[in-house]
Amino acid sequence: MKILVCVSKTPDTTSKISFTADGTKFNDAGITYIMNPYDEWYALVRACELVEKNGGTVTLINVGGPQNDQTIRKGLAIGATDAVRIDADPNSSLFIAKQIAEYAKEQHYDIIFCGKESIDYNGSEVGGMVAEFLDLPFISFASKLEITGSTATLNRDIEGGVEILEVETPFVVSAAKDMAEQRIPNMMGIMKAKSKPFVVVPPVDFPDLAVPVKYVLPKEKTGVRLVSPDNMEELVRLLHEEAKVI
Amino acid sequence: MVLVFAEAVNGHLKKAAFEAVTYGSQTAQLLGSQCVALTLGNVENAGQLGIYGASKVYNVAGSNLANFDSQVFTSVIAQAAEKLGATVVVISHTSTGKSLLGRLAARLNAGSVAGAKSLPDISGGGFKVTKGVYSGKAIATYEISSPIKLISLGGNEIPLQSTGNEVAIETLELTVPASRTKVIEVKRQEGIVPLPEAVTVVSAGRGMKGPENWGIVEDLAKVMGATTACSRPVADADWRPHHEHVGQTGVAIRPNLYVAIGISGAIQHLAGVNQSKVIVVINKDPEAPFFKAADYGVVGDLFDVVPRLTEAMRKFKAS
Repeated sequence: MKILVCVSKTPDTTSKISFTADGTKFNDAGITYIMNPYDEWYALVRACELVEKNGGTVTLINVGGPQNDQTIRKGLAIGATDAVRIDADPNSSLFIAKQIAEYAKEQHYDIIFCGKESIDYNGSEVGGMVAEFLDLPFISFASKLEITGSTATLNRDIEGGVEILEVETPFVVSAAKDMAEQRIPNMMGIMKAKSKPFVVVPPVDFPDLAVPVKYVLPKEKTGVRLVSPDNMEELVRLLHEEAKVI
Repeated sequence: MVLVFAEAVNGHLKKAAFEAVTYGSQTAQLLGSQCVALTLGNVENAGQLGIYGASKVYNVAGSNLANFDSQVFTSVIAQAAEKLGATVVVISHTSTGKSLLGRLAARLNAGSVAGAKSLPDISGGGFKVTKGVYSGKAIATYEISSPIKLISLGGNEIPLQSTGNEVAIETLELTVPASRTKVIEVKRQEGIVPLPEAVTVVSAGRGMKGPENWGIVEDLAKVMGATTACSRPVADADWRPHHEHVGQTGVAIRPNLYVAIGISGAIQHLAGVNQSKVIVVINKDPEAPFFKAADYGVVGDLFDVVPRLTEAMRKFKAS
């Protein structure tokens, strides 16, 4: 079984977000970067479990600059077989997806994994884009994936429930919580990662069609208004008359 | 022309579909153009889209459209966009819409904005749309430069506006490809407003001490007409179903009113709920971080406070 896992690098979940004074760029002073949690905890770990059970390889792919190498090495330490970095400074999801699809099209992967969304741009777009470029089925928000032969059975999270479906390989899947359990790389994994194959390839030309041009922080809450626990009529009044939400 | 894909479930349009058409028709007005809606498969109330501004409503029929498959739906929506000459395509930012957005962008070679918060700003010949980024911690303005623009509209972002009348449904003949996925079963809780669409949400956390105590939360939700939700530890412990989990790794919501009961307000929880318009926090710990993100707070024992709030709500609703 040949698997590709698409990963991105994001600010840590507890990061305080700020921007440059003109609001055009993310201010990364003091920011710790991590592998996007959905890509790491669910997509990569499930991919590793599948090849540990069925045999095969897990290739990790990232589109970014050399500053991402540490994140990629962590993926190798968790259990990926090898890694590819497309050497670019991406500004749009369609550009990223195009790079991944161009690399993947000659490789004939059985499954291409990505996380359900990145926690920075929250677009949830790259998986579907890769699937469309490669003309493959795309199963989004999968919280469970089992495979027998070439048939995969997946649980897909939908509003207020779950959809259970089957698909034949090859396909693209985006992983949601519960697909796997987070793995902490051990010392052996970290040592092995140093000698695993890791190639850097140049990007293909592709235009950015939608880019962020300005960022603002939402208005800060003006402070909580405390209501006595003995006076819930007052809370109801405030919600009705002041907040106008009931 | 603005083309809106109007999403349905079990043969009926979702609230998100009416919002998308309202958005599409307001966008069309800005552009001096028309808004046309598209429904796929059997949709009983499609004509109502006219009320929210669709000048035409098209339907594509086909047994392959009975279940959702992103590949099949993308093909049909893209064919419709090409055939009708759409310059803007609007869909909803739901589980279906999110699964379509990337595919459609690749297929139509369109710049896309996922989870739009505002109507496009077309001043100076540009096309700019805002959306939440960094899990709701910031708002970004995106500029789309492609000839076809693609937008998925966030839930509860714009109020529904009825401007017209029901319209007749016209059939659109397109090629509906066969699906390469097979849906075995759909388990959906019926009779509740799904969390991403909910206007009012009552949510509870570890402060509840156990699943057997949820009656008071459900009573409050029922009186308020709210959808129930929970924090991650509660879902992880199987006190509540997985699909109720709101937060960074669960469902992201943006209701008008979010009532958080016995939830401390970890940053990962806030990431999923911080786009709520008004937040009420009930917690016995005055130092709970959630109070910093709240509009209204009640410091007290939830087992006393929640039944009292339910009673006060009941009186208010009856008045």
